[in-house]
Amino acid sequence: MEIVYALAIGVLTGSGVWLVLRPRTFQVIMGLSLLSYAVNLFIFGMGRLAVGGAPIIDALKQADPSLYDDPVPQALVLTAIVIGFATTALFLVVLLASRGLTGNDHVDGDRDSDEAES
Amino acid sequence: MSLVWIVVLPFAGSLCAAFVPSHARNAAAWLAGAVAVACVVLTLQHYTQIAEGGVAREELRWAPGLGLDFTFRMDGFAWLFAMLVTVMGALVVLYARYYMAPQDPVPRFFSFFLAFMGAMLGVVLSGNLIQLVVFWELTSLTSFMLIAYWYHRADARRGARMALTVTAAGGLCLLAGVLILGRIVGSYDLDIVLASGDLVRAHSWYLTALILIALGALTKSAQFPFHFWLPHAMAAPTPVSVYLHSATMVKAGVFLLVRLWPVLAGTDAWFWIIGTAGLLSLVLGAYAAIFQRDMKGVLAYSTISHLGLITLLLGLNSSLALIAAIFHIMNHATFKASLFMAAGMVDHESGTRDLSRLSGLYRAMPITATLAVVGAASMAGVPLFNGFLSKEMFFAETVFVSGHLITRVGLPIMAVIWGTFSVAYSLRLILQVFFGPQAADLPKKPHEPPIWMLFPSGLLVTACLVVGVIPGRTIGPYLDMASRSVLGPDMPFHSLAVWHGLNLPLIMSLMAMAGGVILYRALGKYQQGTAVVPLINHFDGQRIFEFLLEKLDSVAKGLNRWLSTSRLQVQLLLLISAAFASALIPLMHGGLPSGDRMVTAVNPAFGLMWLVGAACAIGAAAQAKYHRLAALSLTGAAGLATCMTFVWFSAPDLALTQLIVEVVTLVLLLLGLRWLPPRYKSIDDKLVPLQVRLRARTRRLRDLGLAVVAGGGLATLSYAVLTRQAGEGISPFFIENSLLLAGGANVVNVILVDFRGFDTMGEITVVGIVALTVFALLRRFRPAPESMGLPVQQQEQDAQAGGVPPDPHALLPEGSMMLPGVIVQLLLPVAGMVAVFFLLRGHNEPGGGFVAGLIVATAVILQYMVGGTAWAESRTRIYPQYWIALGLLCAAGAGSAAWAVSRPFLSALVWQPTLPLIGELHLSTVLLFDLGVFLLVIGATVLILVALAHQSRRGHRKPVTAHVETSATEPLAEPSAAHHATMHAPEPARLAQSVQTEARAALDANKED
Repeated sequence: MEIVYALAIGVLTGSGVWLVLRPRTFQVIMGLSLLSYAVNLFIFGMGRLAVGGAPIIDALKQADPSLYDDPVPQALVLTAIVIGFATTALFLVVLLASRGLTGNDHVDGDRDSDEAES
Repeated sequence: MSLVWIVVLPFAGSLCAAFVPSHARNAAAWLAGAVAVACVVLTLQHYTQIAEGGVAREELRWAPGLGLDFTFRMDGFAWLFAMLVTVMGALVVLYARYYMAPQDPVPRFFSFFLAFMGAMLGVVLSGNLIQLVVFWELTSLTSFMLIAYWYHRADARRGARMALTVTAAGGLCLLAGVLILGRIVGSYDLDIVLASGDLVRAHSWYLTALILIALGALTKSAQFPFHFWLPHAMAAPTPVSVYLHSATMVKAGVFLLVRLWPVLAGTDAWFWIIGTAGLLSLVLGAYAAIFQRDMKGVLAYSTISHLGLITLLLGLNSSLALIAAIFHIMNHATFKASLFMAAGMVDHESGTRDLSRLSGLYRAMPITATLAVVGAASMAGVPLFNGFLSKEMFFAETVFVSGHLITRVGLPIMAVIWGTFSVAYSLRLILQVFFGPQAADLPKKPHEPPIWMLFPSGLLVTACLVVGVIPGRTIGPYLDMASRSVLGPDMPFHSLAVWHGLNLPLIMSLMAMAGGVILYRALGKYQQGTAVVPLINHFDGQRIFEFLLEKLDSVAKGLNRWLSTSRLQVQLLLLISAAFASALIPLMHGGLPSGDRMVTAVNPAFGLMWLVGAACAIGAAAQAKYHRLAALSLTGAAGLATCMTFVWFSAPDLALTQLIVEVVTLVLLLLGLRWLPPRYKSIDDKLVPLQVRLRARTRRLRDLGLAVVAGGGLATLSYAVLTRQAGEGISPFFIENSLLLAGGANVVNVILVDFRGFDTMGEITVVGIVALTVFALLRRFRPAPESMGLPVQQQEQDAQAGGVPPDPHALLPEGSMMLPGVIVQLLLPVAGMVAVFFLLRGHNEPGGGFVAGLIVATAVILQYMVGGTAWAESRTRIYPQYWIALGLLCAAGAGSAAWAVSRPFLSALVWQPTLPLIGELHLSTVLLFDLGVFLLVIGATVLILVALAHQSRRGHRKPVTAHVETSATEPLAEPSAAHHATMHAPEPARLAQSVQTEARAALDANKED
């Protein structure tokens, strides 16, 4: 499982990095979404992978840390997901404003480099 | 606590004065006067204690571990200086009340004035060196505001900027010096530092500390070579010059030198650094003063010269010289303040301060003339005035200085030359302005100023005279007390007397006076029409200062151009490369050995899921340019795979949140798609020049390479981590104590709302701020022209409906959306119930405020999607802004409830009532906190989505064509910053400027449309 998990992170990161380096704002926003998946999975993976060990204490069993998955990365990722949504929204609006002001959707609002598409 | 009050009171008064209406100058003046007098009284109260040689101390603990406390300390010297600051303050308030014109915003003046007074008293009474520097910088800041009080004048702005640059830069040097000093001594406490003089002087860092502290003191006291800011600061209103530039602020530098005299003085380095700066300022200041045309210019250069005298005295390393220096601080303050006041009165009543125009004013202003004559006599050092006494002491010190032949002979000669110069400029100031033929072409007809304006000056002049005649009975005990507090037990014998017999200093005085008269006669004609200072005109500090600033600017600009780029792509490329490289560095030694943790077998279903997930991610990357909707869907699919992964590996909370965030993000981006420009694959690629295509191809290859490398790197890193045992972290604590301490089984939720509730509090605040920012940005949103019209689909829909716009008040949306409309409306209460369910169970089962809030937000946005914006908005009852506010209040309230039982912020309070039928309940403030999160998330999410959805309504509006005339004549149509400026600033210049801004904005808008 670990290898699949790691490869998944790799593919998400690669796609995200590629998109982030593109010149169109929409590409960048998509790239950031993919990157945030990768980063969330990476942080989550810091608690190692465990099946069937949700950190919800069973009152009948003892509160033994070895029985449960690491809750700290989960708490961090939960926060990251919500903040990620907020920043995506903010970025989208900045994108729209820049589109309205500059008349194009280049990341630098640059009409001249429109021709030199890449 | 009265020491603290002396400092706090002026700041409090400043705050009050800031809120006084801008025309109420009497109220502001009374307030400022009352504060100043109260400070005088408070200072006087300490006299008995201080006079017995005691030191008053008050401490407020702040960060004792760092050696930082608010310490206020008053000894004899601080008492004398505090008296100077407060008494002068009271007099200047009275003077300023009559000086300032009714059309000036006088309360603002007094507000800055009081803030300055507080800062100055803070410097004087600080018992901690760091604290002293803080107040020191505050005096620089407040003086900046006071000099730039008439900010519509370019010279005031320039002078203020120069003063701030020089003195604040000096302040930073002082901070560095003080830090070194504190390091040497091991404490920043003034008492401890003052007792460690020998330790400091023997230390190898002594010279560095001395130079840095001297830089601070010399810039503040306008000493050579930093003196140039003071004459430019004369653009300030005259009361400011009286207070800051003669009596108090410029004295802060010499104050500091006296304060640290027991620690730093007594070495050759001290003698050469401080002494040289003082001597050069002394002579050059007096020399330049002779040639000024502006009355205040003469006084400014004379101030530089007199401060040079004090600095030189301090540099002489002699206890008697120190006493003379303290004496001269007081004397200079009295006569120079009175002279500045006189200059202000002349300016006020005649309309000019130009020496070449003024003449014969004693006929129109006899009292002012008398006061000025006494002040000038004291400045020149004429016997029976206080200036004479300290000047004699100075002469005596120069005569008795030991050491090198150059210093032994040179110093007395320089002293006599200085004396000659000061007699010459004093004579010129008086004779030019008040005597001679009556000037005919003055801007105003001069007359005597009001009596209360004369009063402060009169009082000061009387003091000059009384101290000059009977020094021993008046200033004697106070001077003795102040000197003793600096020198300690080895106080030398000294006597203040007018007549010491016919000795060398007296002969030097007589020579200087005769020389001055001769010099004035000789220069008489030359001085008339020129402001050029012969010989040293080219060594203008101001020009060097401006040259340096310009150089600094251009160097910074060059560096910026060279080191940075404004292009996002390049920045991101560098960022990612740097991140990759820094991750690589630790692997340079020893590579990455394989881990020892057992690897679990691959589950085919999981593998297949990620096969699809990876394909979707790559597909999204490939399609994001031309097929945005496809890319969006593919990204969503990758997100879904992520979500499933969370479920798989025991993170139900994450999966829930991710799922709903996924939905909301998708809706959000869909709403945004509409405003992006259409993009088609260019049909004929050959049209693009080969070179451009090649360049684009190389760039893509480079980016692809980087993407593969980065992806591979992170995959390797993740694998390496996953195949290693986890280190000992803090997680066991949370698992063991979650049920025990917080009474919740869901550890993730307990961490979020209880253990780390403060973090969550910060997080929801950020989310709220982002939502408001989005809302604010969209209010001024101008869509691009081509996306203004209705989209094709909507046009078709409208055509089907026969061109009738949908009725927003209909019970259900018309047409094909009627059925979904019913379902969605029924969904709202159900979603609400599901949300409450998730909220309530969150503490023990997967769920919580975040998820619950997002569920409600999704249900609300569904109403928009199905019913249309107009339909949904006509039914809005509760506005999302309120939800945000309520959520924050709820969370903060839950946190601060703990204070009621004296426990720290955000501690959980539990209440377990037993109710009939229901049984035992477990209620805690944590639930209230989670409720706050819930409310805020609903509000923020809905606000963001609705603000974006609302744009489709403004889309059909006709493009706004803003014309120059309409926007200038309808200032209230759309309130903007520029309009506010027009409404609050009546000056024609500002009006014109803002109209210009308007016009430009309107032009820009036209261009856009």
